[in-house]
Amino acid sequence: MMKKIMKSNNLKGWLYLLPAILFLGAFMVYPLIDVFVYSFEEGYNSASQTYFGVGLYNYSYVLHDTYFLQAVKNTFILVIITVPLSTGIALFISAGLSSIKWLRNLFQTIYFLPYVTNTLAVGLVFMILFKKTAYSDGLINLIITWFGGSAVDFIDGPYWAKMFVLCFYTIWVVLPFKILILTSALSSVDEQYYNAAKVDGTSKFRIFMRITLPMISPMIFYLIITGFIGAFKAYSDVVALFGTDLNAAEMNTMVGYVYDMLYGDSGGYPSYASAAAIILFAIVLTITCINLLISKKDVHY
Amino acid sequence: MEVVLQNLTKKFPSRDRKKKEDVIAVNDFTFEIPDGKLIGLLGPSGCGKSTTLNLISGLLKPTSGKIFFGKEDVTDLPPENRGIGLVFQNYALYPHLTVKQNILFPLQNLKGKDKLSKAQMNEKAYEAAKLVQIEELMERKPGELSGGQQQRVAIARALVKMPRVLLLDEPLSNLDARLRLQTREEIRRIQRETKITTIFVTHDQEEAMSISDMIVVMKDGVVQQIGKPQEVYDSPANLFVAKFLGTPPINIFVGQVKDNKLYIGEDAVLDVKGVANQEVYVGIRPEGFVLQEAGAFHCELNVVEVMGRDISVVSTNKASLNPTVRAIIGTENKVDMKNPTVRFGLVPRKVFLFHKETEERIDFED
Repeated sequence: MMKKIMKSNNLKGWLYLLPAILFLGAFMVYPLIDVFVYSFEEGYNSASQTYFGVGLYNYSYVLHDTYFLQAVKNTFILVIITVPLSTGIALFISAGLSSIKWLRNLFQTIYFLPYVTNTLAVGLVFMILFKKTAYSDGLINLIITWFGGSAVDFIDGPYWAKMFVLCFYTIWVVLPFKILILTSALSSVDEQYYNAAKVDGTSKFRIFMRITLPMISPMIFYLIITGFIGAFKAYSDVVALFGTDLNAAEMNTMVGYVYDMLYGDSGGYPSYASAAAIILFAIVLTITCINLLISKKDVHY
Repeated sequence: MEVVLQNLTKKFPSRDRKKKEDVIAVNDFTFEIPDGKLIGLLGPSGCGKSTTLNLISGLLKPTSGKIFFGKEDVTDLPPENRGIGLVFQNYALYPHLTVKQNILFPLQNLKGKDKLSKAQMNEKAYEAAKLVQIEELMERKPGELSGGQQQRVAIARALVKMPRVLLLDEPLSNLDARLRLQTREEIRRIQRETKITTIFVTHDQEEAMSISDMIVVMKDGVVQQIGKPQEVYDSPANLFVAKFLGTPPINIFVGQVKDNKLYIGEDAVLDVKGVANQEVYVGIRPEGFVLQEAGAFHCELNVVEVMGRDISVVSTNKASLNPTVRAIIGTENKVDMKNPTVRFGLVPRKVFLFHKETEERIDFED
């Protein structure tokens, strides 16, 4: 009797799970396994469904490709600069926001605007700021020349200038979400802790370091992890800023490389693309594991 | 350190925009708290007792009035310069720090000439921990402690700097009944040992009565009575204080004084000399009833509850303002349950008369 009920319950459970399992299986699990398989099949052709052999050649090719190495370098620079900076700036702004009462809502709205603004509009703004045209050198260059510097071409110019624009853009785009998360985290810290610290004569700085930061550490940790993953997946922003021929502009990212290998002008190599994708996956996995290990010590739930 | 409150008043702006009137949380509070005593601020919720505590701590600024610690005017001093220890209602222990780090926290804030070496800090922390008997819990996190243990840690943290005044906000309200009894004795012991002037807030009259040297009864921001617990219980200043103190609560009747006799209903229950003829409220403590066959005061018997230590006679009377009249008598008495009426004699010092309008107590001689 018991067994029968268990059995029918089991069946029911699977039935409820079915829609999710079907979708996840067809669009997540199966492609993932497929990519893994492709990455070992040399010279796979998706039209004829044939390949020459199985081995590590795809990885070897990708790892020796200068475009891929450039993409890895770009991605790492982007990650290392933007994740700490954007989190730090967001923390600074949210701390400021929660300590003012007057006009707080207005500032909150202003800081949240980039999140709801259309990407094309944002691109236009960045063009006005940075792009050199026949008529002007862009607003930033105007300011630079005012102070006696010489104009820099931020979009087609030297590598560091382009990297600066990309980092600037990325930080600016991710800030609103981080500020939103951190302001709500800050406001959820119980007022009593601050009162207790105040009675004990704790300085503002020490209250922030010893009480506020540990209390919101789970949220900061969440932002860092998702920040890392997001920055590793950067692609569309780069296209918006520098166009589609990213290899020529030296501004390709790892995801960009994967895309180019599949659909780009020099594309049509699903095996190389798969190998590159698996390498990216391995890197993100490693970094996330390291993050988790570090967080064990410093994050208080 | 004696604490002097002078015409202390705190008004909060009204939340309701239509009403322009401020909410007066504490109204003209004047009181001198003697050195080294344990004071209980007592009253129903919303009576301004916590506000008073926060004014003394400096977390709130008074609208008017002054606060002195000894001779020093501390009214405009921020909390950290007042030399107080404060224990919060939910303890406010930092959850990410160990017990030891929590207790060390106030010491690490000291600057300049007060700065202590690591060894000195540890010594002080252990001293404080020893006082509240939590030495063996020093490496634990607050989340791993019971409510009572957390309470002790909070007290240790408040005491570690040897404050001039110790303030406790509803210190026992988060504990279960058993622990409450134990902890209130503990607070008494710690206060006696350290001899620090201590002020604590509670809505539980039993708690305040049991451990305080003096109690302050408040209502709607106004101090009703200040005195030793027994004195306040034995001679309440007004109807509110009489009703607020004592479990089971006092029985209130509508009565009349006529020709030096007190009438409740038709019964002339007591001789009251020196009171003009008037209508009054009569308060009779539950222990003020004596079972007498020829007693002057009669009630309709409801139920007799045997409590073990004593007997509680529950009856009704038309003149009573409470639904039932509760009398507590010794177990040696036998109540005849067949008889629908029960007759009592009254103990004069357990009977209080209150003015019908002002609700102030009226003295009488028996």
